[in-house]
Amino acid sequence: MNKIALQVDGLRKVYANGNIALHGISLAVPEGSFFALLGPNGAGKTTMINILADILHPGEGTMTLFGRDVFQEKSWCKRQMGIVPQEVAFDPFFSVREILNTTSGYYGCRPDRVWIDELLDRLGLTHQADKNTRQLSGGMRRRLLVAQALVHRPPLVVLDEPTAGVDVELRRRLWDFMRELNRNGATILLTTHYLAEAEELCDHVAIIDQGKLVASEPMQSLMHRVAVSRLVLRYAKPILISATDEAALTDFKPVILDEGLELHLELRRDEPGMSGFDVAYEAARNRFGPPLDAAVHQEDLEDVFVRLTGNTGAEGETHVQR
Amino acid sequence: MYSGNPRGAWTLFTREVNRFLKVKVQTIVAPALTAILYLVVFRYALGDRGVPGLGIDYFTFLIPGLVMMSMLQNAFANTSSSIIMAKVMNVHVYLLMAPLSAVEVVGAFIAAAVLRSMLVGAVLLLTLSPFVDLSPAHIWMILLYGICGSILMGGLGLIGGMWSKKFDDMSLINNFLILPLTFLSGVFYSVKQLPPLWQQLNAYNPFFYLIDGFRFGFLGVGDSDPATAAGVVVAAAILTVLACWYLWSIGWRLKE
Ligand SMILES: Nc1ncnc2c1ncn2[C@@H]1O[C@H](COP(=O)(O)OP(=O)(O)OP(=O)(O)O)[C@@H](O)[C@H]1O
Ligand SMILES: [Mg+2]
Repeated sequence: MNKIALQVDGLRKVYANGNIALHGISLAVPEGSFFALLGPNGAGKTTMINILADILHPGEGTMTLFGRDVFQEKSWCKRQMGIVPQEVAFDPFFSVREILNTTSGYYGCRPDRVWIDELLDRLGLTHQADKNTRQLSGGMRRRLLVAQALVHRPPLVVLDEPTAGVDVELRRRLWDFMRELNRNGATILLTTHYLAEAEELCDHVAIIDQGKLVASEPMQSLMHRVAVSRLVLRYAKPILISATDEAALTDFKPVILDEGLELHLELRRDEPGMSGFDVAYEAARNRFGPPLDAAVHQEDLEDVFVRLTGNTGAEGETHVQR
Repeated sequence: MYSGNPRGAWTLFTREVNRFLKVKVQTIVAPALTAILYLVVFRYALGDRGVPGLGIDYFTFLIPGLVMMSMLQNAFANTSSSIIMAKVMNVHVYLLMAPLSAVEVVGAFIAAAVLRSMLVGAVLLLTLSPFVDLSPAHIWMILLYGICGSILMGGLGLIGGMWSKKFDDMSLINNFLILPLTFLSGVFYSVKQLPPLWQQLNAYNPFFYLIDGFRFGFLGVGDSDPATAAGVVVAAAILTVLACWYLWSIGWRLKE
């Protein structure tokens, strides 16, 4: 059986102003997983991470890290995690290297120069090492935040939107680095609004919305359970759907678009003998003849996310009905 | 056995020390200069007048009190400004996140405050030593009051910093609490010069005992009973440290 790195049970948090940020969330982050914690703005992701980080008072509920109580065995638990907070802030008195040395010390470690140099290199900060943090650009500061979380080589790495404001190249480098840490045994928990990245990187996913858990399972199982594939058929001339056609196709939830030139059919998952594609294609051809063009559209994590949260994502773009 | 994070506490201590050393003109030299200016002004304003009832001249009387006042104010400034700045810039979260216990955090902050206070005191005394006779009557008293006073003020600064939400709150505490208490604690006068009611009120001002005891260490004369003074000062320092420890451990005004 898989061991659990972080177990959250019945976590509830009410802010001083009465805002209920978490309504009793329970989830488990398996050891060694690459875990995406997703949710629209204000879902409660940062609240949960900050409770774990001991920046916020816990409300009700428990958190267990590698089998130990996070709220009781604070000192031990804190050494097991490296947290990249969402908000970027630095001590203005110190240089990049001084900050990393100081953070090592806080975690009870002698500053490990070799490791710190490697972190600087992997995160593209080598040339900034002796600069004061005030001289860093926004993206560089976020990289420093990541380096800071890793100085004590924690077995659980928690990243609260680590790629916000980070350029493409570094985002790739960062993810490569996280993958490598993950391969070497670290558990990675991250939040992000770049759902394509989450889908590609993560093997587990939890989705929360308005402080409630919507889903928490392996990525594959979620996609298999919720993501829908559609057959998209284009016709030369507009097609007409009679009542009998409608009844025959009802299982496929037909949608007609583009003034009758396009037909969308949902593919059923398990069709003995034939693939879902063949079944739907046959059913349509029997009624409307051969189409001009046929394609399958497979929903991605973003579609699943939108469906489960009724939210169009945090990037502000509206979801296009296909 | 202590199984905490000594390296973590040491790191926080050195961070705090580096923080004030990086701006040492402002944190060490300037306070010493201010105190020296006071002394120069009073020297010429008052000439050779004596202090009634103590049998010493006013200038000699003034020196230990002013040194102690600078030390106390700087101990307070060190912790309070560090905490309020960290809070305003939101870097206090790194302290909350780190595996540091309340004992370690409070210990490191107060130790750094004591060090700064000692440095300010030492700079002042060294600067004055060519001009006045500073040979102490009771060196142990000086150390006892100097250290306890700095612990007390470092601790109060920590609490003040935690209480403050913005820099304005901090100057409120400074101007309406710390400054009056230190000024009215007998730095500039002997309490025997006060009307009886004020003399009685003074008995409840811990700063009075700090200044008076410190001065006793230098001059061998004072207004209070040294045993009472020592008791009050040590008790006040211990209580303050305990309060700091408790408040930090519950995350008072640091965590929502
Ligand atoms: N200090 C606070 N006081 C009161 N309410 C707060 C506070 N911080 C956050 N909230 C509220 O709690 C809820 C959860 O916020 P949280 O920051 O955890 O969301 P999030 O999932 O991290 O969102 P985002 O994707 O925007 O970072 C929101 O409704 C937010 O308005
Ligand atoms: Mg957030």
